[in-house]
Amino acid sequence: MCAMKREEAEALIQEVLEVYPEKARKDRAKHLAVSDPNVEQAKKCIVSNRKSVPGVMTIRGCAYAGSKGVVWGPIKDMVHISHGPVGCGQYSRAGRRNYYTGHTGINAFGTMNFTSDFQEKDIVFGGDKKLEKLIDEIQTLFPLHKGISIQSECPVGLIGDDIESVSKKKAKELDKPVVPLRCEGFRGVSQSLGHHIANDAIRDWVLPNRDDDASFESTPYDVALTGDYNIGGDAWASRILLEEMGLRVVAQWSGDGTISELELAPKAKVNLLHCYRSMNYLARHMEEKYGIPWMEYNFFGPTKIAESLRKIAALFDEKIQEGAERVIAKYTPEMNAIIEKYRPRLEGKKVMLYVGGLRPRHVVGAYEDLGMEVVGAGYEFAHNDDYDRTIKDLGEGTLLYDDVTGYELEEFVKRVRPDLVGSGIKEKYIFQKMGIPFRQMHSWDYSGPYHGYDGFAIFARDMDMTLNNPCWDKLQAPWKKAAAAAKAA
Amino acid sequence: MPSVMINKTEAGGLTLYVPKKDLEEMIVSMEHEGPDRWGGELTLADGSRYYLEPMDAAPRLPITLRVKRL
Repeated sequence: MCAMKREEAEALIQEVLEVYPEKARKDRAKHLAVSDPNVEQAKKCIVSNRKSVPGVMTIRGCAYAGSKGVVWGPIKDMVHISHGPVGCGQYSRAGRRNYYTGHTGINAFGTMNFTSDFQEKDIVFGGDKKLEKLIDEIQTLFPLHKGISIQSECPVGLIGDDIESVSKKKAKELDKPVVPLRCEGFRGVSQSLGHHIANDAIRDWVLPNRDDDASFESTPYDVALTGDYNIGGDAWASRILLEEMGLRVVAQWSGDGTISELELAPKAKVNLLHCYRSMNYLARHMEEKYGIPWMEYNFFGPTKIAESLRKIAALFDEKIQEGAERVIAKYTPEMNAIIEKYRPRLEGKKVMLYVGGLRPRHVVGAYEDLGMEVVGAGYEFAHNDDYDRTIKDLGEGTLLYDDVTGYELEEFVKRVRPDLVGSGIKEKYIFQKMGIPFRQMHSWDYSGPYHGYDGFAIFARDMDMTLNNPCWDKLQAPWKKAAAAAKAA
Repeated sequence: MPSVMINKTEAGGLTLYVPKKDLEEMIVSMEHEGPDRWGGELTLADGSRYYLEPMDAAPRLPITLRVKRL
């Protein structure tokens, strides 16, 4: 049951596009579409991964955000140097809530900010000497770190510093991996290129480290859990399910992960990939080089979890398949109780999503379990293959918007009037002031985990808490409310 | 000469993946598919054609290769 008919949705898109100058309108028109489950390939209806139109308010990040913030940042026992001016590192510090265990500043460095703090003289004379000095200081102050990654900020690429040679020299001196990343923010159109650069760096600088080392004792049930960044504890909620069904998780990428887990991944039997967008490059590489098959799975909502657990189990023997059934059977009564409790309060509500990575498609199942419907979905930095996967999960007549601008999203929300909007912090207060309940779906609005069975319980509670919050009736001043009621009478 | 990855799908068909262009398409026809000769002209589902230097034996898939756009 969709709120909008196809023609209505198409008319809405045309209406929203009208304010743009002709060139921008033509460009933006390609990024907005109405989903049609009959379309085989998304590229026939939507264009993605293109440069944003100058002058619009885009919500995208940069390549540094994709590399340091997403892929490398959560690796807890390495020091990630934000190489360049101080701001990029400081303003992105600890904002993503990648939980980890360990003692921060002793053997874990996840929430700390290490930066070379470029000054004018470093731009003029180059920052390589400073970088060497910085690495020496890190070694003195934090001797228990297991490696260093150098995350370039824009100026490093502009002035042409040779961070690779510093890395090689220091790696030899320290006898620890030192990984240079050319993830300057100006590269590419969004954070997506940062993911790719980070993946390539892992491929070139980390994965081959243990190629000749056969000392690791593997079992037939070894899996690598990749593309889960442990936001609010997501990876932990996923990992326990896999372990409960009898698998052994040998690597967790990269939420609560370590450098040795990165190096161990090639010893796994299967790569389980949650966030396709940010780690598919490595999954493909490991399939080619090490012959490890990879599989995408979805741990949002009991329906999808059960489906994914069975799909994972099908790759293994009967023991694991039995384990999967046992896990599903164990949690089903619990999940039914949650659905029974929240579904009546949430049934029929409409959701609009504008997030990144995997969420616009992966959470659809979880909302459906609660009787809610996704009426609009969009990605910040998706590529065609993401939309290929998305249109299969969405109903007829759902709005699709790629790299949506601030103006467009506001207009869509005003017209569709969904019961809930899920997007980032920059959108949160706009929509709350419009009187629409909002969840910050990048970091689960400081809640979580949302993955796995444990996560679904929290997800359902959070959605109910937001949607049925009594504050939404209090947006109108009491005297205005009385006047409106009198007028109506 | 894009660098591409050729892979087998679950259904048994072949796909061609061009990372730079973010394109993943089914290969609908390949000139030489025999065990002793593999490669040649490829046609994708979207109609585009590529040329792959024929190999003497079918390789282990997936594999990254250089192909020529036709």
